[in-house]
Amino acid sequence: MIRFIGIAAGAFFALSVLWAFVTGAYSAATEPAPETAEHAFHKHPKELHLASDGPFGTWNLEQLQRGYQVYKEVCSACHSLKFVAMRDLEQLGYSEAEVKAEAASWTVPGIDPNTGETTTRPGEPTDYFPSPYPNNVAAAAANNNAIPPDLSLMTKARHDGSAYVYSLLTGFQQQPTELLKKFPSAKTPEGLHYNPYFANLNLAMAPPLTMDGQVTYADGTKATIDQMAQDVSAFLTWTAEPTMPKRKQTGWPVLGFLLFATILAYMAKQQIWSNVKPAKNKQDD
Amino acid sequence: MSFPWAKHYAPKHPLTRFLDEKLPLPRLVYNAVGAGYPVPRNLNYMYNFGVLAGFCLLLQIVTGVILAMHYAPNSLVAFGSTEHIMRDVNWGWMLRYGHANGASFFFVVVYLHIFRGFFYGSYKAPREMIWLLGVVIFLLMMATAFMGYVLPWGQMSYWGAKVITGLFSAIPLVGEPLQVWLLGGYAPDNAALNRFFSLHFLLPFVIAGVVILHIWALHIPGSTNPTGVEVKSESDTVPFHPYYTAKDGFGLGVFLICYCAFVFFLPNYLGHPDNYIEANALSTPAHIVPEWYFWPFYAILRAFTADIFFIPAKLMGVLAMFSAILVWFFLPWLDNSPVRSGHYRPLFRKFFWFGLIPTMAVLFYCGGAAAEEPYVMLSQVATAYYFLHFLVVLPIVSRIEKPKPLPFSITEAVLGSDNKAVLSENAKSAV
Repeated sequence: MIRFIGIAAGAFFALSVLWAFVTGAYSAATEPAPETAEHAFHKHPKELHLASDGPFGTWNLEQLQRGYQVYKEVCSACHSLKFVAMRDLEQLGYSEAEVKAEAASWTVPGIDPNTGETTTRPGEPTDYFPSPYPNNVAAAAANNNAIPPDLSLMTKARHDGSAYVYSLLTGFQQQPTELLKKFPSAKTPEGLHYNPYFANLNLAMAPPLTMDGQVTYADGTKATIDQMAQDVSAFLTWTAEPTMPKRKQTGWPVLGFLLFATILAYMAKQQIWSNVKPAKNKQDD
Repeated sequence: MSFPWAKHYAPKHPLTRFLDEKLPLPRLVYNAVGAGYPVPRNLNYMYNFGVLAGFCLLLQIVTGVILAMHYAPNSLVAFGSTEHIMRDVNWGWMLRYGHANGASFFFVVVYLHIFRGFFYGSYKAPREMIWLLGVVIFLLMMATAFMGYVLPWGQMSYWGAKVITGLFSAIPLVGEPLQVWLLGGYAPDNAALNRFFSLHFLLPFVIAGVVILHIWALHIPGSTNPTGVEVKSESDTVPFHPYYTAKDGFGLGVFLICYCAFVFFLPNYLGHPDNYIEANALSTPAHIVPEWYFWPFYAILRAFTADIFFIPAKLMGVLAMFSAILVWFFLPWLDNSPVRSGHYRPLFRKFFWFGLIPTMAVLFYCGGAAAEEPYVMLSQVATAYYFLHFLVVLPIVSRIEKPKPLPFSITEAVLGSDNKAVLSENAKSAV
């Protein structure tokens, strides 16, 4: 009985889904989905090689310091970095005194100790990086209704994170004429900017890195747009996961120990089973 | 349970004798996973995954309890508290990556455990109850994993919760109020996050309870084995300890190497980048996909794109998705071939390797892909076969198939001959 009910239920589900298949195939054949400009012109991120790549990768501290400088002088005008504290800058190779001085160069919200009124004060190492806007409404109002996202986790929040940030920063360009020829309705709207590395091709952010030498690096490195984009991508890789090198450095001894223990376990198993005749694969497949 | 030849627990030390009188816990362990539990001697490495699944449950409970000490289940701070764990808590990154990847590896292990059962007919009499409890564990695991994924309160957490609870709204009449009741609101928010956290903490202990029943039920008939022939005599078995503790120890080592490779070197490979964006009710992600271990069932859900008479496509998809697992409950009665092991079932084996396995592969792939062609059509074909396999193919195959001759005993299968088999042959020829 149960088998007859089963066969009936199975046939019901199978026929239902095959009916969906037939209707889907029919509509796909009669009215194929039109190709979209996003589909045709979206590009995968360019290649970017950072010192932190790979299972042995670790930070290039000079590059992180340069990237921090780019964030501070360019990105921080619109983007917050709310999960990173000033004290974390010590990990970039700054001394305690340098971090203190660096923190003091930021202005953070505070409370006047005499009146209790909200005010601002110089930052301290325990402070987190401040948001450039008091709230989301102000952020949206200042940016054509698009709220600039927090950058702390940006390189983990996108596919190919670091390469994506680098490509986006260097990818602003004129809309290709073939695109407009093929998709006349896909013209970049007023106030947006064409960038083939952005998922829907047009984003609200204006090109932030516009000319070589926009930042004057403290270490004398020549600040080309490409260099600045690489450096800030490296910096944002650090902000997304400051513990990354520790993770990889922990992983090797762990794997080494496990390999050793597993070999021992295998030998122990062979030893224990040696008095039982091992299974010959008698079941012929 | 025990076979008559099982070793008996005989405590020698005064302390163990004392314990055995007052609380015979060592005796329980001895008889459950010690030398007092005889196990078929021919188990292959596919039989390692039960112990590994138990290990995964323990790993998840230990890492999860510690994570809960640092996590704050409030929609205003949940995302930040997860980052606090990653950045400020000592070894917090290892706990969180270990827990997230631990869930994935738990499912890897359990899927292999289930498919081992499919192939070797582990669900057949007298082991139906073990199988039924196993399906219950799998359902509880799915619920636990889903609610755990909501806790970091990222974009995928939020929208995943919205889509999955939205499934209940497909139920006629009571669907919408049911969804509101489940969520504690019209959309996922603090109320939902709080109850998900509470249940996510509770369910693993429920799973542990059902696991105890699962093992208890297992100890009554004992394990199956690759031949599917029941244990007949002492020469068919070896004591669990040290033989299978040693074999499981080696299996555990291999498992941990794979697991740690992910935790330390590819911790986000199995996750989705969108979950590193804080939940935002006003911005829908381009593709909402669950974690990989739900993909086959998600593909089945999305395969139903056309209404069937008066049943809307959405309800059809929900019915099919739940039925896809519920059908496992009926498996012991759908497949009534007297032969257990796929090794001796030529037709069954063809359908297993060339039907079920490719179907699952396609469903896995399509469930993770965007809802566009050709993935929808592929998942529709695979879904059709999935239901046909369990509900039509298995009952018919078990009827018409001519199984290969079985070995007389496990001993004969392993050693090529068994004295008792020879004796019984002699007896036959004497008659």
